Amino acid sequence: MDAWWSYRPSDLLMFSPAIYWRLFESLNRQAWPFAVALLVAGVGIGWWWARTAARTDAGSARSWAFAYAVSARDLSLVRAVSARGAVALMALAWLWVTWAFFWQRFAPINTAAEAFAWMFFAQGLGLVGLALSPGLCWAPVRHGRTQVGLVLGAWALIGHPALAWVFGRPGIQAEWFGLAPDPSAIGALALLLLLDAPGPLSRALWRALWILPLVWCAITSLTLWTLGEAQAWVVLALAGVALGAVALGRR
Amino acid sequence: MSQLPCPFLCPADEIPSPTRRATLTRLAALSAGAVAWALPLRSQAAIDTAPLTRTIPASGEAIPVVGLGSWITFNVGQDAAGLAASTAVIRAFLAGGGRMIDSSPMYGSAQATIGHALAVLGGPKAVWSADKVWDGDLARGTAQMVTSRQRWGVERFDLMQVHNLLGWQAHLPRLFEMKAAGRLRYVGISTSEGRRHAELEQIMRSQSLDFVQISYNLLDREVEQRILPLARERGMAVIVNRPFRQGDLPRQLARHPLPGWAGELGCTDWAQVALKFVVSHPAVTCAIPATTRVDHVRQNLAAGGGAMPDAALRARMAREVAAL
Repeated sequence: MDAWWSYRPSDLLMFSPAIYWRLFESLNRQAWPFAVALLVAGVGIGWWWARTAARTDAGSARSWAFAYAVSARDLSLVRAVSARGAVALMALAWLWVTWAFFWQRFAPINTAAEAFAWMFFAQGLGLVGLALSPGLCWAPVRHGRTQVGLVLGAWALIGHPALAWVFGRPGIQAEWFGLAPDPSAIGALALLLLLDAPGPLSRALWRALWILPLVWCAITSLTLWTLGEAQAWVVLALAGVALGAVALGRR
Repeated sequence: MSQLPCPFLCPADEIPSPTRRATLTRLAALSAGAVAWALPLRSQAAIDTAPLTRTIPASGEAIPVVGLGSWITFNVGQDAAGLAASTAVIRAFLAGGGRMIDSSPMYGSAQATIGHALAVLGGPKAVWSADKVWDGDLARGTAQMVTSRQRWGVERFDLMQVHNLLGWQAHLPRLFEMKAAGRLRYVGISTSEGRRHAELEQIMRSQSLDFVQISYNLLDREVEQRILPLARERGMAVIVNRPFRQGDLPRQLARHPLPGWAGELGCTDWAQVALKFVVSHPAVTCAIPATTRVDHVRQNLAAGGGAMPDAALRARMAREVAAL
């Protein structure tokens, strides 16, 4: 296309807000059991992390292992498996969003949706790679970024869907984690904040997997802003919080 | 300079003032009656309020000055409510005397939505189909036109335009061949939002186009300087997109009371004012506002009829709106 630079974001907007939000209505009507399953799994993982999995200091790990009659070695194994399971679930969520949202619903009304679908598919494969990479585990709770990760995870699962009510849309149009791209991207950022990837491969993947969720947050914020939706600032702010948390955590 | 043949609507410099509305109303009824045979969906009430017509210089064919765009509004995907609403809009448009529907492969699912509506409405003969080719490559563009036609469900397009001048050097010869072979009726080229007017002007001077499509409204009036006069001089019909600046113009103006002259023109809101301003330009053949609402499509069609502003009032309209 000639003279792309002469276009403003609003010139490239192809659909109305009403049609955009009804995509989620259609999605929710078809796939609500999947969203419920992911919500339960996500809340369960958060609870598990908060109760046990992050207790990497030796004293609490020993007391926890004693209380549940498992050895410290078993506990370590359980922690590693649960971290990989959480990443695998996140991969499933991204691959589902690729198919059910981008490919089936967004592509007919947005020329760019096919590119977005490939983006989410790549992130899904990357998450599968991270789940299988050596050394992956939960980050120690003493890392401040994990607290931010927990809050962002809760937002992705519960807070983000509530935005439909906050902004006056019907509840059936709520964006649920694992179905809609925005809470899935925020959820991925949350999970990355909760993980430690000490091995060279897992570290490289962990770093690379930040890119697409952040890029998506920028794209969706621009889209929502062009649609005139105040929600644009919410997504942008959450991405900024995640980025800030990981940047501060590196100090 | 050749004058635009205009049996029903006078050029703006000859357009009577609103005090001569009665004459214009009679002319409007005349022009509406001229195409009524082709519009089985239309009621007598609709014929009475149908938009005026302008003639296409290349053929002398008359066409209503208000058409129907499809950018954003008809891009509804598989949304059942969106498809039903679009069908209702097209039904009301045809029933109210409208004919030209414009789309593009760039508009997402808009072509398929139009095709759905036309199928539901039983393939109404009144539809005047305008579409675009939007690909820089000739072979892909040719295949794209076939796909577009299938999505509409029509045997041939009335008008095929090169979208935003993309690949016009390759596409125009092919489009002229298709026209000569009877596979389409008119050839055109489109731009939007004031882009690349210098290149458009060059193409208009070098090619025998039947139509040009440009953006024009109460605030974006650059085309008045060169493009619209050139279209008249070269005998090209003009389609106007974005007459409402994608809805922003009536929204911004809504907080201001309608001026007295708006009532004299029979306008009940700012959208009708904006549309009358556009279609009353003597070089404009048809404006293509897009909408998702049946009441709006009726208001648009009504704005295409009745009294029209003369050149002096048009200048005043532009001046006063720019000052708001």
